[in-house]
Amino acid sequence: MKAHLTRRYVFSASHRLHCDELSEVENRAIYGKCNNPYGHGHNYALEVTVSGQVNPQTGMVCNLVDLDAAVRREIIDRFDHENLNVRQEFAAAVPTTENLSEVIFNILKQRLTAAHLDKVRLEETMMNSFEYAGGVELRP
Amino acid sequence: MVYLTRKCEFSASHYYHNPEFTAEENQRVFGKCANLNGHGHNYMLEVTVKGDVDPKTGFVVDLKELKEILNREVLEALDHRHLNREVPEFFAQIPTTENLAIAIWNRLQDKLKVAKLHRVRVYELPDLFVDFYGEA
Repeated sequence: MKAHLTRRYVFSASHRLHCDELSEVENRAIYGKCNNPYGHGHNYALEVTVSGQVNPQTGMVCNLVDLDAAVRREIIDRFDHENLNVRQEFAAAVPTTENLSEVIFNILKQRLTAAHLDKVRLEETMMNSFEYAGGVELRP
Repeated sequence: MVYLTRKCEFSASHYYHNPEFTAEENQRVFGKCANLNGHGHNYMLEVTVKGDVDPKTGFVVDLKELKEILNREVLEALDHRHLNREVPEFFAQIPTTENLAIAIWNRLQDKLKVAKLHRVRVYELPDLFVDFYGEA
């Protein structure tokens, strides 16, 4: 039997939405207050969904201890209390939550060995969230 | 096709123990969940069904019927129970959230007549949930 397990994590980071190829006026028009030159921050909530056969001996898709350790090491330690704009992951990309979702998915896809990564879902605030599954369609 | 989700909550106790494992293995794999005295959770269950909207009633499923089925098939069996000792599915299977989602799916699948069961989501904690879609 195949089950899908989701674990939720939180981290806090700052960012500024700004595209160097656009003029100041255009940046302001597109990104609004997110373009504030001094940046601002969010408490992000990250949901990581993994899937696989339920191991008959343990009843688990994957051991949460292993999943937590991998997400902490690869994502939380990397981004928590950091400025996203100065990180190399965003050297050539605007740190929108769309791009952050993709970055997180791609890191976990490479580094997560405990289970098969299905998707990540990232809440920037309580009012908006983004999902990325490596470009495949999401299940309803 | 419209998807409809109904939530309900139940509280139950459990522990994780595989009799084929040594005491050390049980402790290493299951951590504090291996405490044989058990512990409990407030589980949140979300059941999603799918179907076409009936043009006469505007319903995918009669919510009253769905609620009765959930009460009868799931909540009466699981709420305020010890999963390992009182729920037959877990006499020989570890009551992880994964297995709980599968057990609830199996309890509901044949009981729904109009709408089709799409997903069973079980929250063990607000930061941990399992989805089961009936996949082999």
